[in-house]
Amino acid sequence: MARELIHAIVDGILTGGVYALMAVGLTLIFGVLDIINIAQGVLVILGAYLSYSLSTRAHIDLFTGLLITIPVMFIIGVVIHWAFIRRLRGTERTSMTLLVTYAVALIIEGILYKAYGADDVQLQASYTTSSVHIFGFYLPWIFIYGFIVAVCLVVALYLLLYRTRLGRSVRATMQDENAARLVGIEVNRVAALTFGIGVAVTAVGGMFFGATNAFNPNSGYDLISRLLAIIILGGLGSIGGALAASVFMLTLESVVTIWQPTWAIAVFYAALVLVLLIRPTGFLGRKAVRAQ
Amino acid sequence: MTRDSRPWLVRAFLLVLLVAAAVAFPKVFTNPAVTNYGVLALIFVTVASAWNIFSGNSGYISLGHAVFFGSGAYAMGIAARDWNVQGTTVFALLPLAAVVGAVIAVVFGLIALRVRRHTFIVITIAVFFIFQLAAFNLRSLTGGSAGLNSPFLNWPSSGYNTPFYYIALAFAGATIAIAVAVRRSRFGLQLRAIRDDEDRARGLGVRAMRVKLTAFVLSGAITAMIGSIWFYYINQVEPQTGFDPLFDLLVVLMAFLGGYGSITGPVLGALIIEPGTLWLNTQPQFSGGYLSEILLGAVFLVIVLFVPRGIVPTGGEWITRLRTRGRPAVVPVAAGAATAGSAGGAAAASAASPAGATADAPPASRASKGGAR
Repeated sequence: MARELIHAIVDGILTGGVYALMAVGLTLIFGVLDIINIAQGVLVILGAYLSYSLSTRAHIDLFTGLLITIPVMFIIGVVIHWAFIRRLRGTERTSMTLLVTYAVALIIEGILYKAYGADDVQLQASYTTSSVHIFGFYLPWIFIYGFIVAVCLVVALYLLLYRTRLGRSVRATMQDENAARLVGIEVNRVAALTFGIGVAVTAVGGMFFGATNAFNPNSGYDLISRLLAIIILGGLGSIGGALAASVFMLTLESVVTIWQPTWAIAVFYAALVLVLLIRPTGFLGRKAVRAQ
Repeated sequence: MTRDSRPWLVRAFLLVLLVAAAVAFPKVFTNPAVTNYGVLALIFVTVASAWNIFSGNSGYISLGHAVFFGSGAYAMGIAARDWNVQGTTVFALLPLAAVVGAVIAVVFGLIALRVRRHTFIVITIAVFFIFQLAAFNLRSLTGGSAGLNSPFLNWPSSGYNTPFYYIALAFAGATIAIAVAVRRSRFGLQLRAIRDDEDRARGLGVRAMRVKLTAFVLSGAITAMIGSIWFYYINQVEPQTGFDPLFDLLVVLMAFLGGYGSITGPVLGALIIEPGTLWLNTQPQFSGGYLSEILLGAVFLVIVLFVPRGIVPTGGEWITRLRTRGRPAVVPVAAGAATAGSAGGAAAASAASPAGATADAPPASRASKGGAR
C-alpha cells in the first residue's frame, strides 16, 4: 500500500513537470495577450504526431527530434497569431478569441484525421519500454527524461522572462499594455513572440504525452480541459501558480487512480470547483481586476 | 404616423407568412428525409434561442449548455425505464426534464456565476466534462457507454416525423416568445445592464446574482426539455451524443452567425447551420467526418473575422446604408435610437431596483453616461 502510494506520488510529480511546461505556455499567452488558447490541446497532439512522423519515417530519436519540432511549433504559433489573433479587436474580443482558437483547433483536428486516420498510435523508443528499478518499483525512463527536459525548459523560460530584455518587455506588457506601448515596447511583436513561445512548448509536451499515452486526433479535448483546470487553479497569468497547480493536480489524480481509476479525471474538475468556491482567483491569482 | 405604422404592418404580415410556411412545411414536403431536417433544425432553433436568453443578454458565454441538453435526455430515458412509461404518456415526463434542468442550473449557476469572462467559460467547459464522465461511469443509472434507448412509440413510421415536427415547432415558437418577453421586460434590461457593466449595474441596485441565475435557470430548463424531445425523436442517447463538445460549439456558432444577442439572429443561425451540417454528413466525400470539421472551423473563422456581429445586425446596417444612399444622413437616427435604448435600459434597471440606491440622484443622467460608454 505504502509503496503504491509512493509510486503514485512520484508518477504524479514527474508527469506534473511536463504538464507544467504546457500550462506555462498557456498561462503566458493569457498573461500577455489576454486570451485563452483553446487550440493548445490539439497543438500538443500535433506536436506528438510530428514526433511520430520523424521517428517512424526518418528514424530520428524522439529527443533529437525536438530540435526540429520545437522551431516548427514556434513558427505555427506565430502564423496563427499573425493570421487570426492579431485581427481581433473591440469589446467582444475575449469571447471572440476563444471561438477563433476553438475553430483553429477544429481545423487542425480535421487535418490530423486526414493525415493520420482515427486509430490510436503511440511513440516508441527504447526508453519508453525499459524502466529503472528504484525504491522497489519500476519507472519507465521516459518519465525521468521527460521530467528533466521539462524542468530545463521551465528554467530556460524563467531566465528568458526575468533575465533578458525581451522578458522584461513581456512582463511589462503583462502588467499594462498601454503603458508598455508608451515606453516604446513593440507590443505586437512581443505578443507574436509570446504566442510562438507558448505554442513551441507543446512540442515537448506532445512528445512526452505521445510516448506515455496512446493518442488520436481527438485526444486534444481531454488535454485542453486538464490544462484549463490547471491554469485557472493556479490563477490565470501566474507562472508560479501554473507550476504548483500542475504538480498538485497530477499528483492528486495519480493518487486517486489507486482506488478509483474511472473517476480520477473528475478529481481535476472537482478540485477546480472547490478552489474557486473559496478563492475565485485561484491559488496565486492576480488581484481580482474589474471585469470590464 | 403612417410612415411609422407601415413597417409594423409589413413585419406582422411577414411573421404570419413565416408561421404559415413553418406550419405547412411537413404538408408540402412529406419525404421523411426532408422532415427530419425540419425537426432537427427546429430543435436547434430552440436550443440557440434558449442559449441566447442567458448568454446573449447577460454576456456570459456558456460553453456548457450540452449539460442541460444531455441531462434532459437522460432524465426522460431513466424515468421512462424505471417507471415503465411508454407511448405518448412519455411526454408527460417533460416537466420532470424541466425540473431536472432547473435544479442542475441552480447548482451549476451558483458555482459558475461567481466568476466572469474567461473563467466562467472555462468553468462551463469543466462542468460539461464532469457530466460526460458521469454519463460514462454511472453505469447502473445511465447504461454507461452503450447509452439508453427511448421507450417504444407506436406511431406509423411513414408519418413518424410530423408530430415531432409540430412539437419542436411549438417549442421553438414558445422559446422565441419567451426571448421576446425577456428582452422587453425590466428583467431583460437588468440582464443587459449586467452585460454592459456588471459593477455599475450592481451599484445602481441590480441584484446581479439573482438576475443572472434566473436567466440561467430559465435557459437551462428549456434546453433540458428540448433535449428530452430530441432523445425521444432519435430514439437513443449515448454519453458522447448527449454530452457532445461539438454541440456547445455549434450553438455558440449559430448565435454568432445570426447575430449574438438579437432575437432573430440565433434562429437564423440555427436554420442555416443545422441543415447545413446534416446535409454535409450525407455527402459521400464528407463522410469521413474530418472534411466537415475543417469546413465548420473555416466557416467559424470567416464569421468571427469578417462578420463578427452576425448576419442580422450587419445586414441591417447594409440595408440602412442602401436606403439612405444619396440622401442626407439618416443613419444617426438608428445610432441615436440604439444609444437611447441602452441608456433607457440602464435607467429602467436602476428604477427597477427595490433597494433604491439612486433614489436621491437623477437616475437618467447617471445611466446615460453608462449608455454612452
